[in-house]
Amino acid sequence: MTISPIFFYVFAGMATAFALITILKKSPAAAAFSLVMVFFSFAGIYAVLGAHLVSALQVIVYAGAIMVLFVFVIMLLNADSPSLDAARSPMWLRALGLGTGAVLLCFFVWAFRNSAPLAATGNYSAQQVAQMGGNTRVLSRLLFSEWVYPFELTSALILAGIVGAVAIAKRKVPGDGGVS
Amino acid sequence: MNVPVVQPWIVLSFCSAIFFIGLAGVLIRRNILIIIMCIELMLNAVNLTLVTYSEILNDLGGEMAVFFVIVVAAVESAIGLSLVIAVFRTLRTVDTDSIQSLRG
Amino acid sequence: MLSLIVLLPLLGFLANGFWYMSQLKTEHKAPALQVGGLATGAIGGSFVIGLICFFRLLAMEPEHRVIEQTLFSWIFIDGLHLDFAFRLDALNSLFVLVITGVGTLIHLYSIGYMSHDASPGKFFAYLNLFCACMLVLVLGASLPVLFLGWEGVGLCSYLLISFWYTDDDKASAGKKAFIVNRVGDFGFLLGMFLIFTTFGTLDFTQLKMVVMNGALSPAQLAAVTSICLLLFVGCMGKSAQIPLYVWLPDAMAGPTPVSALIHAATMVTSGIYLVSRLNFLYTLSPDAMLFVAMIGALTALFAASIAIAQNDIKKVLAYSTVSQLGYMFLACGVGAYVSGVFHVITHAFFKALLFLGAGSVIHGMHEEQDIQKMGGLRSKMPRTFLVFAAGWLAICGIPPFSGFFSKDEILWQAFSSSRSELWLWLLGVVTALMTAFYMSRLFILTFLGEGRWKSHGHAKHDKHHDNHAPHDHGHAPKDAHAHHGGGEPHESPWIMVGPLVALAVLSLIGGFIGIPHMSWLEHWLEPIIPGFAPIKDGVHHETEWVLMGFSVLVALIGMGGAFFIYGNRARTESLQNSLAGFLKTLENKWYVDEIYDAAIVRPLRAVSVFLWKKIDVSIIDRTVLGFGSVSEMSGGVLRESQTGSTQIYIVTFAIGLLVIVGYALYGLV
Repeated sequence: MTISPIFFYVFAGMATAFALITILKKSPAAAAFSLVMVFFSFAGIYAVLGAHLVSALQVIVYAGAIMVLFVFVIMLLNADSPSLDAARSPMWLRALGLGTGAVLLCFFVWAFRNSAPLAATGNYSAQQVAQMGGNTRVLSRLLFSEWVYPFELTSALILAGIVGAVAIAKRKVPGDGGVS
Repeated sequence: MNVPVVQPWIVLSFCSAIFFIGLAGVLIRRNILIIIMCIELMLNAVNLTLVTYSEILNDLGGEMAVFFVIVVAAVESAIGLSLVIAVFRTLRTVDTDSIQSLRG
Repeated sequence: MLSLIVLLPLLGFLANGFWYMSQLKTEHKAPALQVGGLATGAIGGSFVIGLICFFRLLAMEPEHRVIEQTLFSWIFIDGLHLDFAFRLDALNSLFVLVITGVGTLIHLYSIGYMSHDASPGKFFAYLNLFCACMLVLVLGASLPVLFLGWEGVGLCSYLLISFWYTDDDKASAGKKAFIVNRVGDFGFLLGMFLIFTTFGTLDFTQLKMVVMNGALSPAQLAAVTSICLLLFVGCMGKSAQIPLYVWLPDAMAGPTPVSALIHAATMVTSGIYLVSRLNFLYTLSPDAMLFVAMIGALTALFAASIAIAQNDIKKVLAYSTVSQLGYMFLACGVGAYVSGVFHVITHAFFKALLFLGAGSVIHGMHEEQDIQKMGGLRSKMPRTFLVFAAGWLAICGIPPFSGFFSKDEILWQAFSSSRSELWLWLLGVVTALMTAFYMSRLFILTFLGEGRWKSHGHAKHDKHHDNHAPHDHGHAPKDAHAHHGGGEPHESPWIMVGPLVALAVLSLIGGFIGIPHMSWLEHWLEPIIPGFAPIKDGVHHETEWVLMGFSVLVALIGMGGAFFIYGNRARTESLQNSLAGFLKTLENKWYVDEIYDAAIVRPLRAVSVFLWKKIDVSIIDRTVLGFGSVSEMSGGVLRESQTGSTQIYIVTFAIGLLVIVGYALYGLV
């Protein structure tokens, strides 16, 4: 696997920094904008890793659709109003959570560092993918052949999601016996 | 070919770091909106792990999984945010401290 | 075809049952004529089909007289493949005809008898169900199918004995019958299991093949005696032999047609059916046969002795039934299965006749059952008197009535068979004497002499009315009885007398199927029951004629004795006074019920109370309740952990994850 160090470290540093801002900034709007930056950084890393289609989807779906949804909700709930203020968790809970998280992170880093490298068993090395016409073309072929049933099922999932979101968020109308 | 390369374990450790930043966010914040953002953050970290393994193993299954995770994440945030709206409308708050109807 | 014999009464049961249930909520009940007509039609149709099947058997070769029908595969597990199959052959075709024939007559009679009952629909439904079960019992091609019917008739017997269940005594009588029969059924089941483990089959034909053709190992031969004795325990229960006979006299609490059909003519003979069906097994075990004969003879004598002092007309007949069943087992025990079956048939005729006649008397006497308060009914109920006389002569053994032929044959076999002992014959003769005596006593006290009902007719009637309120048997003012003026006895309607006449004719001529030395019955049953046991050395065939005369003489002595004592009121009373203590013992049935109560019921109750108070309440209940309070307390502690705060849940989750990942990494190190 060849990853250009410069791009990776730049994007990784950006992502980490903005992630920290996301969780530390008091204002939901600020958190949302720093989260967009995290998503863009991730898109960059995907591109560095050669996953061009995922990179594009990251920008379109996450940075585009999902973030718009967030911002929209923040505005709907009157973003920086006092009603959106919420206290931080109690100190002991924060300490416990951060401690556990830190220990777990150490465990993971240690495990990744010390485990034996994995052998590449698949048929889609960077060279092979390039020969077959690039990442997007190969993925698309797979999506509509080998993975076509899960792909079709996701459409049902999205439909259910749309109906569910509407049903949940719909304003209750007095006297309306329908879905609330 | 003496180009400096990033070792896979560094990428994977970076993923873990983002994941645990997300987890920490879930734990220290009480604003549901931000908690949902943190969940998105954790999902992204997992996505990156999948893509990384996909590159390591030369197997596109990982990237395919990411495709489906993105779909699920989109649906999940749509549902989650509509729940936030519904909760805010009834309780006039987004503070999880006030939403404790599961208390035993 | 064969299954229709069973299905018709079963359908009758279902139809009547649903009809009855559909009217539970309404005041209006279907009249006895309609429901009874339906039930009688069902069993009558069954009789017709039985006749057709019988004639088909007649047309066949004697060796191949079998009609078989497999309905479905019932039990199919490793080593046991059992079909739900019916098989009609020479032996059970006779039983089928008796059950359906006598059953039809009794159904018909019941239309009249139950006409004033509150729920005739239920009664006829049960009666049909009983017939269906009884037919399953005799038609079953294997022991489990037979057992199904065996349990079914037990159930119906219970339901019908306690038919007037609001009366506590009658409900307990039903329970008693059911529980005593359970004891016997336990033996039956064990015997059945032992047959399966010993011979590997439960089908009668296959069993017979295995037993007759294969050389049996000594272990199998030893098992045969146990099998026969265990199955006989079942017969003791069902056919009311010592020591399990106690339920049958109490069973007379049921409506009289039930006593006639179930507790005299059919169900109680199923033990004899079982023994004669498995005659090939019993023949292999002289010990078991001797035991059967002994129990039979002792029961015959014992029950006859009790019958002498009973004053309830149905109780006398009940003990007489027990006694006659003893005769049948005596016959089976000495190897004369044919005589046993013969007596089953004749007994079915004359005992059904006697019971129904008694029912007619009770009906005419407005529920009076005490023969001390009857008398002189000859002029009041002339038709009942005539048919009852036929039954009386038949059971006493006066030629040419049917009872003479069958009873005489049993006595001859008990005398002559090489399997018999002389004292068994003596017991039989004494029983015959006593039978003639107590039946004549019953007859004289009921029909002859002065009417003793006038003085307390109405008062008694009213008292009785109170006691038996649940089965108000037609004392409403609009009732036809009112014409007869209160306590005045009256003749029963023709729908009741008609069947009596038919049964009287059968009692008269029924014996001719088994005339000694030219017995059609013996010939007919030959493929199933191979002839009589060889006669003893030193006994000549001419002796048979001598004994025949002797048994007639014995019967005449018994009857004469009864006329001598009971024909004269003063003599009766002086004798009763001088023998008061002894008669008291007899009247109380030798105190057997009291002995059973002290020996079995009371200890059992004491143990039960101990188990209830000490074991159940103080140990088991406390343990169970303890589990409850422990869960309650631990729940109270654990509910504190349910804070409702999402973040605390997530932290807990993260700590769990930490533990699991830590454990996994620890494994790597």
